[in-house]
Amino acid sequence: MEDLTQLVEQALAAVESAADARALDQVRVAYLGKKGEVTQRLKQLGGLAPEERRKAGQAINRAKQQIAEAIQARKGVLEEAALAAKLAAERIDVSLPGRGELPGGLHPINRTLDRIEALFRQLGFTVAEGPEVEDGFHNFEALNIPAHHPARAMHDTFYFEDDRLLRTHTSPVQVRVMEKSAPPLRIIAPGRVYRCDSDVTHTPMFHQVEGLLVDEGVSFVDLKGVLDMFLRQFFERDLAVRFRPSYFPFTEPSAEADIQCVICGGEGCRVCSHTGWLEVLGCGMVHPRVFEQVGIDAERYTGYAFGMGVERLAMLRYGVDDLRLFFENDLRFLRQFR
Amino acid sequence: MRISEHWLREWVNPPVTTAELAERLTMAGLEVDSVEPAAPPFEGVVVGRVLSVEPHPDADKLRVCTVDVGGETPLNIVCGAPNVREGMRAPTAVVGARLPGGMKIRKAKLRGVPSEGMLCSARELGLSEEQSGLMELPEDAPVGEDLRCWLDLDDAVIEVDLTPNRGDCLGMAGVAREVSALTGIDAHPPVVEGVEPAIEETFPIEVAAPADCPRYCGRVIRGLDPRATTPLWMQERLRRGGIRSLGPLVDVTNYVMLELGQPMHAFDLARLQGGVCVRRATVGEKITLLDGREVELDDDVLLIADRQGPLAMAGVMGGEHSGVGETTTDILLESAFFTPTTIAGRARRYGMQTDSSFRFERGVDPELQRRATERATALLLEIAGGRPGPVVEVVSEAHLPAPRSVLLRRTRLEMILGVAIDDQEVDGILRRLGMAVEPVAEGWRVTAPPFRFDIAIEVDLIEEIGRIHGYDRLPSREPRGRMAMAPVSEARLPHARLRGLLVDRGWQEVITYSFVEEEWQRRLLPERQPLALANPISADMGVMRLSLWPGLLRTVAWNRNRQQDRVRIFETGLCFVPEEGEVAQIARIGGAWSGARYPEQWGLGSEAADFFDIKGDVEALLALGGHLGEARFEVAEHPALHPGQSARVLIGGRPAGWLGMLHPSLQASLETGPVLLFELDLAPLEEARIARYRSLSHYPAIRRDLAVVVSEETPAEAVLESVREACGEWLVELRLFDDYRGQGIESGQKSLALGLILQDSSRTLTDSDVDGLMERIVSGLGEQFGATLRD
Repeated sequence: MEDLTQLVEQALAAVESAADARALDQVRVAYLGKKGEVTQRLKQLGGLAPEERRKAGQAINRAKQQIAEAIQARKGVLEEAALAAKLAAERIDVSLPGRGELPGGLHPINRTLDRIEALFRQLGFTVAEGPEVEDGFHNFEALNIPAHHPARAMHDTFYFEDDRLLRTHTSPVQVRVMEKSAPPLRIIAPGRVYRCDSDVTHTPMFHQVEGLLVDEGVSFVDLKGVLDMFLRQFFERDLAVRFRPSYFPFTEPSAEADIQCVICGGEGCRVCSHTGWLEVLGCGMVHPRVFEQVGIDAERYTGYAFGMGVERLAMLRYGVDDLRLFFENDLRFLRQFR
Repeated sequence: MRISEHWLREWVNPPVTTAELAERLTMAGLEVDSVEPAAPPFEGVVVGRVLSVEPHPDADKLRVCTVDVGGETPLNIVCGAPNVREGMRAPTAVVGARLPGGMKIRKAKLRGVPSEGMLCSARELGLSEEQSGLMELPEDAPVGEDLRCWLDLDDAVIEVDLTPNRGDCLGMAGVAREVSALTGIDAHPPVVEGVEPAIEETFPIEVAAPADCPRYCGRVIRGLDPRATTPLWMQERLRRGGIRSLGPLVDVTNYVMLELGQPMHAFDLARLQGGVCVRRATVGEKITLLDGREVELDDDVLLIADRQGPLAMAGVMGGEHSGVGETTTDILLESAFFTPTTIAGRARRYGMQTDSSFRFERGVDPELQRRATERATALLLEIAGGRPGPVVEVVSEAHLPAPRSVLLRRTRLEMILGVAIDDQEVDGILRRLGMAVEPVAEGWRVTAPPFRFDIAIEVDLIEEIGRIHGYDRLPSREPRGRMAMAPVSEARLPHARLRGLLVDRGWQEVITYSFVEEEWQRRLLPERQPLALANPISADMGVMRLSLWPGLLRTVAWNRNRQQDRVRIFETGLCFVPEEGEVAQIARIGGAWSGARYPEQWGLGSEAADFFDIKGDVEALLALGGHLGEARFEVAEHPALHPGQSARVLIGGRPAGWLGMLHPSLQASLETGPVLLFELDLAPLEEARIARYRSLSHYPAIRRDLAVVVSEETPAEAVLESVREACGEWLVELRLFDDYRGQGIESGQKSLALGLILQDSSRTLTDSDVDGLMERIVSGLGEQFGATLRD
């Protein structure tokens, strides 16, 4: 019996000193394997008297169980250690930047156009497009600007050898839409426009968004309402908007809309020439002669139109102080709008 | 139009401040650009009379003067002005005075001589830009009087930016009328009385083009004093109106123009031959204008001519030979009404804009000519004496603008403005604007005054009502309208989606000019003739782009020159391709990629981007609308691209764009280095495929791999196509997982490894099915491309 106790102690020590799964398995084979020490003892039981055999058998089975449990426990410890070692070995520097490429960005003008579009789409305006190389009829005559009209002098038009020209505003899209479709109409026409002018505050190409709504019962108060709402939503501010009488040959009454200066809040600063107001768009009720040109009954239908300079709106919204930056396409500038 | 506030207030004087006045004008559509003081701030400057002028003992250029400034004793003043002389009157800054710019006058010694003030030039007082010695004040200038007060310098100059429809406000009379209408305060124009002729003489006037010149007034005035000078008050008003004083004859005509809005002209009578005739020019006829330029005329230009030839371009500018000069004593004064369309655009055609043409093309009051003549005569006589003859007026009533009678309906007024305006207010506004108003059942029958060329139809009156009532007093109504669901076509991809895809993949959007430098573009696209601008702003923006590439490459070069070593940019926009007399305006999307495949980073390779990088992005664009299956990349050469690294993109068999590496010779000459380019038409990309469900197979798929050796020239695409055809319906997916050349493969050959995933929809494919197929594929490839199985 003593020798069984000794055997157990010996086995437990061996289990404890097993450094890895393989060593532990060797210990298991040495004691509990087919030819293992404990197994041998069990086999020898046959030579004992029944009474003694039962007692010795129980003792040996206890020893066997004790050793097996120790092995199982040791196995757990070793596995845990192995896992810990594996995890330690697999540790990485999670502060390193992720692989791959980050998104680029939209041009700030197109970003602004997308935003204007999104706002007007909610009111049921759809986007219309037109050619940039236009004819004189659509750019001028159909908009009630005959040849030699003083308003033409303000347009600094780029011409081609024939009658064609680069559109000086997005207003010809109005005409093209009305030529093709009957009221009710609700469109905006964003796009590039061109004027033969280049200095600190003018680029020969810039962007406008034209708006047109034609329906029954549309009046100047509707025009004020839609633009008030648009300007406040665009700047996400409850700013003052005022409408000043102005003149465009294709609208009447005509107005220019000013917003309270977004830089100084109306106090007066360099940007607003100390007036507290910034002119942001031109608008008016569609002139009956324009309706006449496209065959819309001006007695039945009325409509409003507006046009805004996208660069100006983008400059005010993002605080850009030099128009020319938009077309230099310096990546250091463009990346600021990501 | 620059307006002296004090002058305006002589006509109409509403009880409002300058700022309020400016605000009222702006809000009535006469936009005030600026309000500036008529003179910069200065004080302590009085009218002085020079009593004596002595040489300075120690300085050649200085004089020692005694100046009477109304005090008990004259002041001693050392002066350096060359025009100082005994008896003259000049502005004198006394001790304690402060001049513009802040200079303070103290007692001082100049080269040892004490000086108790300073005699001033107009420039020193900020009243002129010119350096012309002491400012000479007239004989009647009251000695000792404060100059600011005497010259009324505490005035404001209001600059109004008039819209082209408001020619009637291009004179003090018009602005005063407007202010009167706005404020309800009556205007008091100066009374103009006829001047009795002192002589009988007239000069023959013939109007051969009455439609162009329905009214022409001429008057001879003889015996004008050529030594007369323009009174200072008039010079000052002209100055505040932005007009330089050029002697009494010209000054008076300009003054009347500022006052009444009637441009006038004075001819030197001695230089006229026979009589004047108002007629159209003959083609090629020449005239030398006042500014010395000789211009060749067209037959739509109106002339004032005499027997010898053209005297003036009517309504635009006088001629050099007939104008008044320093010795002129006798004149023919012209005051005419020229039809606006006859003058419009003519000045601009010859690169001019004059005060006269500016007014005539917008419309001058056709009933003003005689009154302006009388006014100018009276002023001339007052300043330079002279004996006037009778006014000769040639008029063609038939060609004068007919009075316009317009019906204004109450219902229409409310329909356009959106609110009802009180009848009485409407009536009052119209009357104050000078309209004749007759109430009728529907509203008002209105006759516009002759100077309002912008009133022709009903809505013109509605605008007037709205404007004077005040746009700000009209309410603002929240949007309302019929609700309707706008179509959202699934078969159309918004191009924002295509742009968004590139942005998400790391591309930066740019916007470049639609016009480019011709030479740059020619190097890229030598075969196409671009659309050239007739009046480009500069040579580097001379022609319309045929492709997005010139602008993109310019932008690549710009950024590379600014230390940006990796540039991945794209643009969408129209390209302008001349085709049989028409210009196709084609919307495209294009990109340029210069530099490495990835941004520089520890975990990514640093190799340069190549063809397949940009092709991956192109494929992504194609895949967005479901076009990848029908797209083909065809081996083709493009003058801008590397001949071995370029492809034409076909969608559904139709050419839709290009991609490739910029041609190495262009990389050097355009200074861009290697750049990968693509450009696709937007139209086919925007068409999207709407999905159509096909049932899923319940039977297992089977994969077979195949490695074939073909010649290097064989496009992989062709091999894939052949495999696809052979497989038919069974093919679920075809993967090309290797393209190998080198050891084990004969030179000039390559090995392509394909993975075929096969499936049938109604049964499990057997080995013998698939073996048979693989044999057919291999033999097919053998026949078509001489392909062999790789060992």
